Amino acid sequence: MVRIKTALHSLTRGTPRNLMLYYGILAAWLGTTAMHIPDGYLSPATSIVMFLIVLPFWVMGVRKLREKITAKNVPLIALIAAFSFIIMMFNVPIPGGTTAHAVGGALAAIILGPEIATMAISIALVIQAFFFGDGGILALGANCFNMAVVLPYVSYAIYQVISKNRPVTSKRRIVGAALGGWAGLTVAAFFAGFEFGIQPMLFHTANGTPLYAPYPLSISVPAMVFAHALIASPVEALVTALVVAYLLRTNQSALEFVKKPEISPESSGFAKWRFLWVILAVLIVLVPVGLLAPGTAWGEWSTRQLSGLGLAFVPQGLAKLSGLWSAPMSGYNLPALKNSNLAYIFSGIVGTIVIGIVVWLFTMLVTARKAEPGKSELN
Amino acid sequence: MSTSFRSTKRTSRSDFVERTLVDINHTLEQSLFAERTARSPGLLQALDPRLKILSALLLLLAVGLSRSLMVILALYFLALALAFFSKIPLGFFVKRVWLLIPFFTGVIALPALFITPGPVLAHLPLGLVITKTGFTTAVFLLLRVGTSVSLAVLLVLTTPWNSVLKALGVLRIPAVIILILGMTYRYIHLLLHLTNDMFLSRKSRLLRRMNGPEERRLIAATSGTLLNKSLQVSSEVYLAMQSRGFRNYPRTLDTFKMRTVDWLAGTLVVIIAAAAIWLGR
Repeated sequence: MVRIKTALHSLTRGTPRNLMLYYGILAAWLGTTAMHIPDGYLSPATSIVMFLIVLPFWVMGVRKLREKITAKNVPLIALIAAFSFIIMMFNVPIPGGTTAHAVGGALAAIILGPEIATMAISIALVIQAFFFGDGGILALGANCFNMAVVLPYVSYAIYQVISKNRPVTSKRRIVGAALGGWAGLTVAAFFAGFEFGIQPMLFHTANGTPLYAPYPLSISVPAMVFAHALIASPVEALVTALVVAYLLRTNQSALEFVKKPEISPESSGFAKWRFLWVILAVLIVLVPVGLLAPGTAWGEWSTRQLSGLGLAFVPQGLAKLSGLWSAPMSGYNLPALKNSNLAYIFSGIVGTIVIGIVVWLFTMLVTARKAEPGKSELN
Repeated sequence: MSTSFRSTKRTSRSDFVERTLVDINHTLEQSLFAERTARSPGLLQALDPRLKILSALLLLLAVGLSRSLMVILALYFLALALAFFSKIPLGFFVKRVWLLIPFFTGVIALPALFITPGPVLAHLPLGLVITKTGFTTAVFLLLRVGTSVSLAVLLVLTTPWNSVLKALGVLRIPAVIILILGMTYRYIHLLLHLTNDMFLSRKSRLLRRMNGPEERRLIAATSGTLLNKSLQVSSEVYLAMQSRGFRNYPRTLDTFKMRTVDWLAGTLVVIIAAAAIWLGR
């Protein structure tokens, strides 16, 4: 925290106060326009990390697709992706005389469930990125994480909590849809701001010139969050609630389009423990926060740091043992990568992947017997 | 609607329908134009789509990794040259990229000019000070975004969408996803036309300006109808697929073939990208 404060101070030094206000307003405006991250805002390293974070959600979506053997999902996802593509083009009139765009992610999640919504919105984003240059290609991982994972999951969770065990006609569904849409996009904006904000800290030239998005966390996160909470998220809430209300009047079956699967012993452990994966994903995103905290994690001092801490001597056993194992990436550092921050994150990724592979192999071993042959699959 | 009056004093609010219509038509136009250039003869059009996708990714990576403005600039000129030899109207190519960027990235980069600490580059009135680091940062951002968008646009303008999709197979994207992508693209067009008709029919029946709640009701009804329509079409498409013998997995004709010229171009791209990454360290 100290480091952020000093960074902020050095940034704002010499800038008149009224200018700060101006920048704040400007930041608020830009926050509403910056949800589709173009290439160039995020470093390739961040982009790759974001791809790795979204990957399990995509795998989960494809699995869900295959699990429900009906090929019915293929055109369904295609049509909902097309729908959300077009919803993103709607100019929604908002009080105050301007218009804004919605993402439609909350709506897709309410109708299809979050797993399938992730697929549908990701596909819409892929088409936007490749075909219309809206949002970067390398940044697809980040965009999909923000808009196709965070947004649908958060809004779906809130919608479920509010309208759970209520008849389909309940007005609470409208409230749940609105709150879900609002919170979903706001949280998504937080993540986008976070992704922007870590760029200048991690990637800059020798003299401190930021190479990608130039604003630190202290500017980018508040700008994105407040701007969305005040403008873009209410629009998402409005569109979601209005359409749910419309469906309540005209086509209630759409709200029950996907029968919510009650967690049965049949459903795979993957889905059941989904929240753990979400937490893991969040933790990985937060890996770079470790770089902000000064010092070493409590209890993880090296022998040298121990003596620095005021310990008069290093326990002999520790001194002996510490030389026993020299890790290939000692101190989460790679000599080949000149930027130690990069190396830190890279170590984090490698570590997570290695752990992931080990766990996956273990799960495969345990569940191998359960697999049923002869199941027709989509591929 | 008294058009003569309104057209002179047009508020953004009164014609949100029109704005959406303009957006829709612009999108349709854009995709038609891309299909046309992609099918006309030219340098990049002749190359294997798989090669083009991988090359685009490699070059995007080089642009992303570069710490040197000169290297990014060189890659931008490479994109320009490729566009020229692919018979893409250069004016259009430059405009398509640089007309929009100032509105989004430009506005984002602007404050960085002033608030990034560093040696002073120029003094402006009102006590504004442009710093050298701020200037470099802003140029980095703009140039990087512009070059990346150019490369992506280049890919689409020289490759028919169906080939782009089929070629995505090289990235190990499951066939079912590629199938869905293709269908999505197809139905985006259908839904765009539907939306266009809905808004147009409403607009043609308007006698006065709508007020806020009316506009929101219209948006809700249009979105809701579109959603219902999407769900309905999706079940129809499913039945159509079944009746034509869809057996839960897509098959595609793999007609791509790497020729000598493709291998040559591929090698060239690898060399250029490697050089760019090396020089831009």
